[in-house]
Amino acid sequence: MSALSERPANSVVGQDIPHEAAALHVTGLALYTDDLVQRTHAVLHAHPVQAPHAHALVTGLRTAPAYDVPGVVRVLTAEDVPGVNDAGVKHDEPLFPSEVMFHGHAVCWVLGETLEAARLGSLAVEVDYEPLPSIVSVREAIEADSFQGARPKVERGDVDAGFDDAAHVFSGEFEFAGQEHFYLETHASLALVDENGQVFIQSSTQHPTETQDIVAHVLGVPSNEVTVQCLRMGGGFGGKEMQPHGYAAIAALGARLTGRPVRLRLTRTQDMTMSGKRHGFHAQWRVAFDDSGLIQALDATLTSDGGWSLDLSEPVLARALCHIDNAYWIPNIRVNGRIAKSHKTSQTAFRGFGGPQGMLVIEDILGRCAPLLGIDPIDLRSRNFYADGQSTPYGQPVRHPERVAVCWDQVLATGDVRARQAEIEEFNATHEHAKRGLAVTPVKFGISFNFTAFNQAGALVHVYKDGSVLITHGGTEMGQGLHTKMLQVAATTLGVPLSTVRLAPTRTDKVPNTSATAASSGADLNGGAVKNACEQVLERLREVAGRRLGVHPADVRFVDGQVTTVGGGESVAWADLVNQAYFQRVQLWAAGFYRTEGLHWDSSIMHGSPFKYFSYGVAATEVEVDGFTGAYRTRRVDIVHDVGDSLSPLVDIGQVEGAFVQGAGWLTLEDLRWDESDRPSRGRLATQAASTYKLPSFSEMPEVFNVALLERAHEDGAVYGSKAVGEPPLMLAFSVREALRQAAAAFGPTGTSVDLASPATPEAVWWALEQARRSGAGQDEHGHVDEGAPGVVPDQPDADDRPLRPHSELAAQSAPGGA
Amino acid sequence: MASQHEVMVNGTARPLTGVDPATNALDFLRAQGLTGAKEGCAEGECGACSVMVARPDGGDASRWTAVNACLIPAAALDGQEVVTAEGLGTPEELHPVQREMAVRGGSQCGYCTPGFICSMAAEFYRGDRQPVAAAATSNGSGPHTHEADHEHGENGFDLHALSGNLCRCTGYRPIRDAAYALEQPAEGDPFAERSSRPAPVAAHTRLEGASGIFERPADLPQALALLAEHPGAVLVAGSTDWGVEVNIRGIRAPYAIGIDRLPELRTFHVGDDSVEIGAALTLSEVERGLEGRIPLLDQLFPQFASRLIRNGATFGGNLGTGSPIGDTPPALLALEAVVVLASVDGDREVPLADYFTGYRQTVKRDDELIRAVRIPLPVSGIAAFHKIAKRRFDDISSVAIGFALDVQDGVVAKARIGLGGVAATPIRALATEAALEGQPWTTDVVRAAAEVMGREGTPLDDHRASAPYRSAMLGTALLKLHAQTATPQEVGA
Repeated sequence: MSALSERPANSVVGQDIPHEAAALHVTGLALYTDDLVQRTHAVLHAHPVQAPHAHALVTGLRTAPAYDVPGVVRVLTAEDVPGVNDAGVKHDEPLFPSEVMFHGHAVCWVLGETLEAARLGSLAVEVDYEPLPSIVSVREAIEADSFQGARPKVERGDVDAGFDDAAHVFSGEFEFAGQEHFYLETHASLALVDENGQVFIQSSTQHPTETQDIVAHVLGVPSNEVTVQCLRMGGGFGGKEMQPHGYAAIAALGARLTGRPVRLRLTRTQDMTMSGKRHGFHAQWRVAFDDSGLIQALDATLTSDGGWSLDLSEPVLARALCHIDNAYWIPNIRVNGRIAKSHKTSQTAFRGFGGPQGMLVIEDILGRCAPLLGIDPIDLRSRNFYADGQSTPYGQPVRHPERVAVCWDQVLATGDVRARQAEIEEFNATHEHAKRGLAVTPVKFGISFNFTAFNQAGALVHVYKDGSVLITHGGTEMGQGLHTKMLQVAATTLGVPLSTVRLAPTRTDKVPNTSATAASSGADLNGGAVKNACEQVLERLREVAGRRLGVHPADVRFVDGQVTTVGGGESVAWADLVNQAYFQRVQLWAAGFYRTEGLHWDSSIMHGSPFKYFSYGVAATEVEVDGFTGAYRTRRVDIVHDVGDSLSPLVDIGQVEGAFVQGAGWLTLEDLRWDESDRPSRGRLATQAASTYKLPSFSEMPEVFNVALLERAHEDGAVYGSKAVGEPPLMLAFSVREALRQAAAAFGPTGTSVDLASPATPEAVWWALEQARRSGAGQDEHGHVDEGAPGVVPDQPDADDRPLRPHSELAAQSAPGGA
Repeated sequence: MASQHEVMVNGTARPLTGVDPATNALDFLRAQGLTGAKEGCAEGECGACSVMVARPDGGDASRWTAVNACLIPAAALDGQEVVTAEGLGTPEELHPVQREMAVRGGSQCGYCTPGFICSMAAEFYRGDRQPVAAAATSNGSGPHTHEADHEHGENGFDLHALSGNLCRCTGYRPIRDAAYALEQPAEGDPFAERSSRPAPVAAHTRLEGASGIFERPADLPQALALLAEHPGAVLVAGSTDWGVEVNIRGIRAPYAIGIDRLPELRTFHVGDDSVEIGAALTLSEVERGLEGRIPLLDQLFPQFASRLIRNGATFGGNLGTGSPIGDTPPALLALEAVVVLASVDGDREVPLADYFTGYRQTVKRDDELIRAVRIPLPVSGIAAFHKIAKRRFDDISSVAIGFALDVQDGVVAKARIGLGGVAATPIRALATEAALEGQPWTTDVVRAAAEVMGREGTPLDDHRASAPYRSAMLGTALLKLHAQTATPQEVGA
């Protein structure tokens, strides 16, 4: 067991405690960025001027009329930028664009004494546009050969041979939607300048350091003139990893130019029409199975819809490619990826970061092919699990693959799955107008940033003379309970009660050069850094205590606020020891640091071991579908999930449940619709408010919802034996989608394979069950899966001259040689 | 006007001085430093802005009622009593609702939490909330007592009380557990005690600002006189629609008349041949008043938006906007409701079937307001409200259907079917009604009539649903109704 993962007995980590700010949350006292406006004097309010075109040149911009509106103080345009007119890190996101790249793109910003004045001012700004042709769907982008960034490929084995020898070959395509983050708190920034012109920005950001970087380059100043603080976020989910920077820069620019505090908070519709979302994807695939259902080969081309700029699209795509295997051993595999450039918001990080998209492809394939193979989907999935000694397609050995099977068996047992399958069969046989489905799906998810440099973190631990402890770390709190866990880690390491430790807000002048709080890595990385800082202080205190207690420093123990010896003899109170150390002029604070060991990744060949470990989980979901409408209910969900030895079980259970429901929202309910017509509103997001874009509500909560954490799951090499939890359970929601598919298929004869659109809204389920009914009515309709070797070969990157054609066209050309 | 307009917030009077009529209650509260209530959507969908207001509950009592502060004009709270999450408890002394939410992991990011707290507290204090066992022994199975099921706790907590609150973090399970763990308010609980006294009476309010004027007259004659003077003035009752216009579309009213507290619009009368419902009664109040007398409406209520919205929304408002996707018109069309319009010239009555004239157009004149809705009695024996939407709780329908059928001796004596979402106005499915009336209520007849129904209206494609799906839903609705009346155990999701 490593020193990092070893956990003392009766430690504060592992205790079931509520969120550290719960009492502030429930009393309305917890402060979010925009709440600070009421505590700040003479604030100006920012409002955007949003373009009504998907793609257009800005040929004229007249701000003068805005100044006639009472209360308008300043209109910010490109000419005001002293540094770089860019909101991103790739220099492809002009903060003030001369070319409108998506419907709703902000071309300039108005500052007013009140938000109403700024709003009216923004209506008064006159902008001339020259509309240009636009691309608003991934298919249009593919046809127009409109791509951006890298075109990575993951390959292993002899793919073509895998298809030649296979008993069963299927091919198909699948396009699925993205997802709006819909953090309840929209993007918000509040910028102030001090007497030296230094800028202090309070921002709802997952990545304060990068917000600082971008603000500095927009203002044309070094990073030491900009400080970013994040008190907490009202949800992030990846949407505040890259996207807050431009808004913070606008506020900072306004504050520098006017000398007054500037507040920028997006309305919900501004947030939805301007900020990036989860990438929708298009996939072409062919797959080969042997007679027992073992996967022989997979050949797929994934095209993500990146929107107008690169943002995080490349690493998102890389993670998609690294997760198309999910928990399955695929001996021969070739996966190509590319990023469509379209006139939409710039799609970005979202919980899972491409992993869900990659995994959805293989789960969709298995769900569609199981009936064609005549194999129960539960068996088809479990037969293909990784075994010890096998590696992922990108070359990383799969450690602890048995944990998938352990979770799987536990879910099958505690969920009484086999008996319920029989009950469902009986129910379906006796109910004409309602059908049930029960699906079980696994998750294997790699933990660490694919981008190796991000796998570092810092912390600052102060022990004051009275023994009280203040910790700061580089991670941000967005509801995931990171601060709670860090308090527990500090208390555990120092051997003091939780009440001794306090946590100060995340800010860049406390801990510099931080990584985004993302990739589920917040607790791993910052926990390592907090522990390191605490240990530095402890080493010094050990010397003081050794002298005082008359033992060797190595024999000193810190337990629950008492400092004692290994034999448990004499002891001294923590606060007394600290005070004594102060008078001995011992440094009582420390900066901690952590870097994840053992990672290597070559992105040019998509090969290496980019992940510290894999997280595992399994979910079983039962649904009931109404045959008259396609409406459905989630009757029961059983989950077993691996979080290592949990740092904070209440927090972790909450993460598992919340991620599951959010994943179910993506797959079943949340419906991003862009106007793809040729009307002037082309490119406009049609679902741009809570009234049209529906999140899961209480009605989507499973009626029975059993979540268990995998026991005896110590993770060697991670802080106190724990594992990351933020993202992996989102993908447990595949079980909802597959259960819906099975329930829809039950409206047809046994062995029916149905296509299911994503999101599987009631309408989508209705069309799926209609497909099943037609199949039952003798109309041979087996979904849009083609059968027969060598299958329809997906688009390959060397075929740049050949645009991607509809699957049906390709299927006709390649003339498969019989089933 | 020299009179001092103020709102009592958490026991402290907060003047409305200088507040613009377009300012909503949420922004007003936040400007007072009460930043617990949040803006999540500004259109009454997320509930992050939920606060409690003391509303009349019968003659001598009041009822803590959760509402969306983002939708209500601050001016409309003149003279009212409001409680926010800050007013319920403190970190040192948590309110029972706050304590359950905190210790059970009911908050993660915490942004939606103060709104949940207020919605949950309102249900906590609901006077007729009783533990399931107690309810079963006292008054049997009225419409407001439920067996414990997945939407009702053993403590009588109705989960629909939280249907207008969205949480993006938790997945809701711990929030449900917190709600179901609540006991009855303790002896001497100040909020429970407050409920035993009447709610504040509505004051005459007139607030002038840069965007226009908000005026709340004291009675109907005054209101009608103001309307005659300002034809086309915006009439504001629950403001669940108007608030969206203000917040999302930036519409400002030069003149708005608050009609929510007019006594003449808050009448409720059950006669021998009709029920008359005051146009400014909230749907929640109507639901309580009807006590299950009109089963079709009992099916409608839980599907109409959320409890937070039903606590403000009115029949008058739902008909007044003339929207083709309002949920009450299909039901009221099936019930053959009559709209009572009032002006300085007196009342006139219009059958609802003649009321709508075009997309958001009605026969109501600029100087008229809706005073009441009258529903003839007795109502038909078979009644159903089908709402097709993406989400079961709190969604806007893509198709809504109200059914009211009389089947006598196996023959359809009378069929009334109202449709929403399939034309520029709510419509009656006249061809389908004709195909059913006088025919036996059999599978063959229903199948034939369902085909007719599938061709009713002129459904459109939009982000809510495709036109073919809408037509298909018209086609299956009658089949579903028939299946439900034949074999109720087969009803699906």
